[in-house]
Amino acid sequence: MDLSGFRDPVIARGLIDAIAATKTGQVKIMEVCGTHTVAIAKNGLRAVMPEWVTLLSGPGCPVCVTANADIDTAIELARRSGVIVTSFGDMMKVPGSYSSLAREKAEGRDVRIVYSPLDALTLAEKNPDREVVFVAVGFETTAPLIAAAILRAKESGLENFSVFCAHKTVPAALEALVNDPEVQINGFILPGHVSTIIGSHPYEFLAEQYHVPGVITGFEPVDVLQGVYMLLKQLEEGRSEIEIAYHRGVLPEGNQHARELVEQVFTEMDADWRGIGVIPGTGLKIRDEFQYYDAVVRLPVTLPEPKEIKGCQCGDVLRGVILPFDCKLFGKGCTPEHPIGPCMVSSEGSCAAYFRYTDYGKA
Amino acid sequence: MCLAIPARVVTIEENHMASVDIMGVTRKISLDLVPEAVEGDFVLVHAGFALQIVDEEFANETLELLKTLPFFAEEEGLNVLEEA
Repeated sequence: MDLSGFRDPVIARGLIDAIAATKTGQVKIMEVCGTHTVAIAKNGLRAVMPEWVTLLSGPGCPVCVTANADIDTAIELARRSGVIVTSFGDMMKVPGSYSSLAREKAEGRDVRIVYSPLDALTLAEKNPDREVVFVAVGFETTAPLIAAAILRAKESGLENFSVFCAHKTVPAALEALVNDPEVQINGFILPGHVSTIIGSHPYEFLAEQYHVPGVITGFEPVDVLQGVYMLLKQLEEGRSEIEIAYHRGVLPEGNQHARELVEQVFTEMDADWRGIGVIPGTGLKIRDEFQYYDAVVRLPVTLPEPKEIKGCQCGDVLRGVILPFDCKLFGKGCTPEHPIGPCMVSSEGSCAAYFRYTDYGKA
Repeated sequence: MCLAIPARVVTIEENHMASVDIMGVTRKISLDLVPEAVEGDFVLVHAGFALQIVDEEFANETLELLKTLPFFAEEEGLNVLEEA
């Protein structure tokens, strides 16, 4: 499939000029997807925005919004004998209250990075005398994969596989941001692949109740510019709608079959978001029917008292209250090589993206 | 983390698995979330699972639509590019 058109400089230039010709007054546009954070930083898109458009990064990096208590739980699971903890690579270096999965691995615990929950299933099949725990951190994009993995484990009678689920869902978090008096957002660049699963309807309350428009956007430079342009047009014309720019990847109704699998395996619970706090109904809990595959039920752990990181302002960065440069630790005590807060650890964290791709000394 | 890339379904195998071609690399993925996919379809792959069938026509339509933007069509805009 040839998608080079979405990186075409001529089309990009047309969009940049079209953006520059919009008349909206000062506006703040927030993206809420780590892949957008990287796409904007890597392609230098902030530099081509007119002076009146500010692009903010919100709580779009699942690892970054994971609360310390959840990271502590993953660490305590790794400390249990006979357990192999598996997770996506992003989770390894994220600091909890006292340690990280990477440090636990260095100290001899069996912690492994996997590309897919399917790899964790294979690992469990090959190690019948060990407990394989998949630490699941992610949004709606990843939740159906976890559901499918649990269903596969049940179907094949795999008894030594379980999931610690710290998954979160996006739309209600956007509502929390819109209601936050410290945060000003005029429009959302909505996440492409979260929307592949949930479609466009779950965001409609933002436009209808709060009059904040949103555009579901893809990840190539032309996609992002198109999303920004469509938002600015809405703001200029006084409209607030949820539009889809990323038609090749998102249907208005999303992927219903994937949502049914999520519904079958999970139920809603409250979730604690770093920097935002508890948002009702944004967590996913494994249903009682599948409790056997719930790591915290099967392998209970005692947690230390969670401790916040001193001086770290990730919470304010995640809400778009401050930019990464404004944090006192940014680029000084906190760098991708020696990260202090999660936004600098994850490759999709706002701080890491700013550090890698921006000439922050001049910003 | 929510990265997903297009891949072509080459062969469908048992247990809802499929071999896909991702820019020349062959990988085995699950079709659990997209059971309707057939060989030859392009699917968006995220962490070993297809999330959705990608419609190439939609991609082309989007690009065609963008080319009709006033600034793209204006001769002046294009001249600036040629000079650059």
